[in-house]
Amino acid sequence: MPRKGADIVIEVLKEEGVEFVFGHPGGAIMEVYDALYRDGSIRHILARHEQGAGHMAEGYAKATGKVGVAMSTSGPGATNLVTAIADAYMDSVPVVFITGQVPTHLIGNDAFQEVDIVGITRPITKHNFLVKSIEELPLVLRQAFYIARTGRPGPVLVDIPKDITQKLSDVKIPSSEAVKESLPGYRPHLEGNPQQIKKAVRLIMEAKRPVLYVGGGAVHAEAQRELVELSEMMKIPVTTTNMGKGAFPELHPLALHMLGMHGTYYANMAVYNCDLLIAVGARFDDRVTGKVEEFAPQAKIIHIDIDPASISKNIVVDVPIVGDVKIVLRKIIEELKREGGKILHAEERQKWIEQIEAWKKRHPLSYVKSEKVIKPQYVIEQIYEATKGEAIITTGVGQHQMWTAMFYKYSFPRQFINSGGLGTMGFGFPSGIGAKLGRPDKEVFVIDGDGSFMMTMQELVTAVQYKVPVKVAIINNGYLGMVRQWQELFYDRRYSEVDLSVQPDFVKLAEACGAVGFRAEKPSHVREIIEEALKIQDRPVIMDFHVDREENVLPMVPAGKSYRDMILEDGKRSVEAETMYLVG
Amino acid sequence: MADTLSGAGLNTVKSPLFREVRKGEVRKHIITLTVLNELGVLARIATLIAGKGYNIEGLSVGETHEKGISRMTLEVIGDDVVIDQVVKQLRKLIDTLKVKDLTDVPHVERELALIKVHTATPRARDEVLRLVEIFRAKVVDVSPETYTVEITGTEDKINAFVELVRPFGIKEMARTGKVAMKRESLPQEEE
Repeated sequence: MPRKGADIVIEVLKEEGVEFVFGHPGGAIMEVYDALYRDGSIRHILARHEQGAGHMAEGYAKATGKVGVAMSTSGPGATNLVTAIADAYMDSVPVVFITGQVPTHLIGNDAFQEVDIVGITRPITKHNFLVKSIEELPLVLRQAFYIARTGRPGPVLVDIPKDITQKLSDVKIPSSEAVKESLPGYRPHLEGNPQQIKKAVRLIMEAKRPVLYVGGGAVHAEAQRELVELSEMMKIPVTTTNMGKGAFPELHPLALHMLGMHGTYYANMAVYNCDLLIAVGARFDDRVTGKVEEFAPQAKIIHIDIDPASISKNIVVDVPIVGDVKIVLRKIIEELKREGGKILHAEERQKWIEQIEAWKKRHPLSYVKSEKVIKPQYVIEQIYEATKGEAIITTGVGQHQMWTAMFYKYSFPRQFINSGGLGTMGFGFPSGIGAKLGRPDKEVFVIDGDGSFMMTMQELVTAVQYKVPVKVAIINNGYLGMVRQWQELFYDRRYSEVDLSVQPDFVKLAEACGAVGFRAEKPSHVREIIEEALKIQDRPVIMDFHVDREENVLPMVPAGKSYRDMILEDGKRSVEAETMYLVG
Repeated sequence: MADTLSGAGLNTVKSPLFREVRKGEVRKHIITLTVLNELGVLARIATLIAGKGYNIEGLSVGETHEKGISRMTLEVIGDDVVIDQVVKQLRKLIDTLKVKDLTDVPHVERELALIKVHTATPRARDEVLRLVEIFRAKVVDVSPETYTVEITGTEDKINAFVELVRPFGIKEMARTGKVAMKRESLPQEEE
């Protein structure tokens, strides 16, 4: 039966199992909003700014593993999505962005609210489309979902001119098979080369001092079981990146926690001294490696990644394996079992584990506690305890993000949601709303900075409107804290434009928006407020924690430096003076 | 301090260690692509290469014998390591079917140029005509003042011809950019 292009959009969304659309209407997308209204079966969340809608879709996708959908009108609606699109691209988040476009005959005319969003987003999408006819509309939309979800996931944008949403057609929705066949240039490689897997197995058995280095790819692939099995079977300690948190349970005795710029002493020491590094769904980001010449300098490297372009990009690896992380790890485990799972240098392996234990005891994550002022790390520890380590956590970007990465212990994949690659301030709060909508069974805590929160705080009204009970903990130091920290350490304390002490009264702001607000100024209030917040389940809560203003995130490897230059937790000593290097 | 740690009995040294970092040579690469002839495919490829800070030195595009499929030849000057990365990223594009770096593979390459040479004197006409013959080029347009020459061949051959006619005065020149194809006559490793 002939129906409008707009109805086809809704039909495909339903076919793809979409529960939520996060968006904001406008002129060019009105037909689709009308179809959404007439259909009535998909829940639309009306963000107050398109960037918010984009981050909500990301939060939803990151928390559930499903494809998120964000929608906006042409021109400014589309450009407001750009930050969220770039963010999703950097962190490989499967999101389909649907934008309205001016009618086909006006394209290229500088029409009202016209912008070439396909051109603008070309370098920040996995793929994008301008729909040219109603006949291709259903195929293009289904291709978008397929591309977003498979291989290395990522954002796909579909730009639909208004006249195409208005036209009538009886074109059929193509089958999943037809969608696959329509993309001859897109065949993600999943299985891993058997020869390379054999080589990897050999290296793993022969290694004396191995380390698993696990990134976001392991979360996308849901490879937690395989990682635990491999690590336990072969006694390999595991460090995770910021994006890889939750892929390996952090309370596990073999967990080394995060590595890199704000990594733990013991993770960085282990990586520096290892003789085999097994990178799993990680991409050797500069925040991880620091100075490349001194990153795991003695190690042979195995790199498992679904994206061939990520392999040997920053560091040349010895055994590249292109494939789905879960599938490849499973094959490695089977192959190891066939070989008897022998650790050839068992004695040295045991010494290695003991060495790491010694490092852990020597410099555990720590901070100077206080009875007088609230320490930011203390707030995060209290949230961890109050939620029994079971909450989903989202963050903005800055000091609070790193403290949250360090002082909450993550035990399941998709538990820690933050903007890793792009480092988008303002990501935390809207992504928390999306995460809570996707996972209503979980408590969702947004641990945000005052600076980050103020970038997208308009979404407070959205959370109130849809009664989304997210808990927002603002780690409020009245500074753009991370920039201030760098100014303290590297710019001789010249605090240029980082003072945020002029800010709204967050408690009153919460109340003005119909949410609940609390404030804590003393350490003794912290737990009390968190417990109060946990009781509220029908609206968002803002907790304003006034913390020690000049607390620093430590340990720290200054940008572009080696792990040997790591500044330890007291902010004074560096590793170099007390380190020795292990050799085979 | 270190002694409390070395109890584990692993061999230790005091001096730091370094990893060798691969650096590539900067040179011209010839990359061929088979692509779906979709809206924006050229823009995608150009964006990707420009995003690495590289300029496309030569480019030719045309349809192949298969409907909807085009073939491109790109010339890019760049670091071997970065170009390797570029090739992998080009392969990742949804609209590319095949991407090959032919630089180190035996291959045939050809370019076509149209050159309008100033030939107002009989001496110039004779001389240019002789060069055309020697280079197996063709005069495709004649005016009282000019010859327009069509020449095909390798880049070197065309460069040589251009230098020889330059003294007469080149009024206009258009070069197509290379087309290239792997040779089958030699035993080859598959990519």
